[in-house]
Amino acid sequence: MTTQQDWQPTASIDTLKRRAQLLADVRRFFAERDVLEVETPVLSQAAPTATYLDSFRTDYQPPGSKAVSCYLQTSPEFPMKRLLAAGSGDIYQIAKVFRNGECGRLHNPEFTMLEWYRPALDYSALMQEVDDLLQRVAATPAAIRISYHQAFQQYLDLDIEQVDVQILKRAALSLISGLPDDWQTDYDGWLEMLMSEVIEPQLSQLNKPVMVYDFPASQAQLAKIHHNADGIAVAARFEVYAGGLELANGYDECLDAAELRIRFEADNQRRKQQGKPAMPIDTRLLAAMEKGLPPCTGVALGLDRLMLLLADKTALDAVLSFGFDRS
Amino acid sequence: MASYSTNEFKSGLKFMLDGDPCSIIENEFVKPGKGQAFNRVKFRNLKTGRVNERTFKSGDTVEGADVIEIDLEYSYNDSEFWYFMDPTTFEQYAADANAIAESKDWLKEQYTYTVTLWNGSPLLVFPPNFVNLAVVETDPGVRGDTSSGGGKPATLETGAVVRVPLFIEIGEVLKVDTRTSSYVERAKD
Repeated sequence: MTTQQDWQPTASIDTLKRRAQLLADVRRFFAERDVLEVETPVLSQAAPTATYLDSFRTDYQPPGSKAVSCYLQTSPEFPMKRLLAAGSGDIYQIAKVFRNGECGRLHNPEFTMLEWYRPALDYSALMQEVDDLLQRVAATPAAIRISYHQAFQQYLDLDIEQVDVQILKRAALSLISGLPDDWQTDYDGWLEMLMSEVIEPQLSQLNKPVMVYDFPASQAQLAKIHHNADGIAVAARFEVYAGGLELANGYDECLDAAELRIRFEADNQRRKQQGKPAMPIDTRLLAAMEKGLPPCTGVALGLDRLMLLLADKTALDAVLSFGFDRS
Repeated sequence: MASYSTNEFKSGLKFMLDGDPCSIIENEFVKPGKGQAFNRVKFRNLKTGRVNERTFKSGDTVEGADVIEIDLEYSYNDSEFWYFMDPTTFEQYAADANAIAESKDWLKEQYTYTVTLWNGSPLLVFPPNFVNLAVVETDPGVRGDTSSGGGKPATLETGAVVRVPLFIEIGEVLKVDTRTSSYVERAKD
């Protein structure tokens, strides 16, 4: 008789208790700040268009008629923004989200996202709120802030306003061991490579959460474009790194439906160039934004990764009841 | 040979890189920010034994390498090759000086070695973690000294030189850790 052993959880029961505590702490944090907990559909007929974000697709099968394509959410962003447009005020959600093709030590195709939107808070105040949350639920030291431009200046001595693809490529090839000479990518691809392989490891040496803010305008995603102190147009987007992990991504939300439609369509063009299917644009989101999204900021934080920090583990499986291999 | 995509990468996978067979030590899936995913791979080049890193775009494929590990008994050597035998099939394999570089000091007839074969030929020969070898040369033993303080060099029957306690005599058989080239204890019968 062979006994199958892989029915066992990948996290210890003690870790799962700690995880339950984290969820309770997060809910208390938002309850105290009068932020409303909401739930939105996990299954949607529309999907995000971002080039390097792949949704799981499935079919809704009405008996006796044609199947309808549906997608599992990669984040609850679009329906939450529709709630904001409908006058919900401050909202948060702890949601299961799904990303196809992402599996590894720090990635699980299905994970838990804490996402919240704050019409009352500006970009800087939202960064402070993320910091407050981390200090409260994870006892982290106060976060430090550094702009994307400063980070490249300080750690690579590069002024990203002055450099071109060739300079970035040369820097990446000389600093990243194992990167082959024929590596092909574009300006943003090189910036991302340098950020993740050269700057992030140095940020993690600081032993406190770091908020990198004001991303290049070309990496705005759904963030507003604003001008920094030097008059350079940058994305009002920030990323939070802690313990060598990319923990959260926040925006001063772009409110302009026409601008977003242009970005979505450009995304779909890039997807097609890469041989990926174009995604159905969420026209209900755009309609809600045309009606009027209140000025707001929003951020998404990977709760499983925060749990990694809390439990002092190195792989996501150790904080998930059942990692993907055992799901 | 099969080819493997980055999503099949895992430690121990044998693949070809720049013409050399390699074995994955560590594979990390990385997805920076909102950018394109890649795999950061730490691997051992099985020909040189060196550990290196290489970044692959997620979804890239590599050719598998026809590499297996088997246990073989060391038989003898001539001026050019060291001969190993499969104890079940009696098939003989000839390893060259590069292949035995790691275990040159620890080769003893009838001992079993882990041999990495690439396309059927020995690529690397690894000694067992512990071997029992006789002392062929060392200064006279100091009676009564059973402490491990001090010590002296001793040459073993395979040519290896290890530091041993002062009380060890020529002819004694010692258990030696091949990973650290160090004396463990007198071999038990």
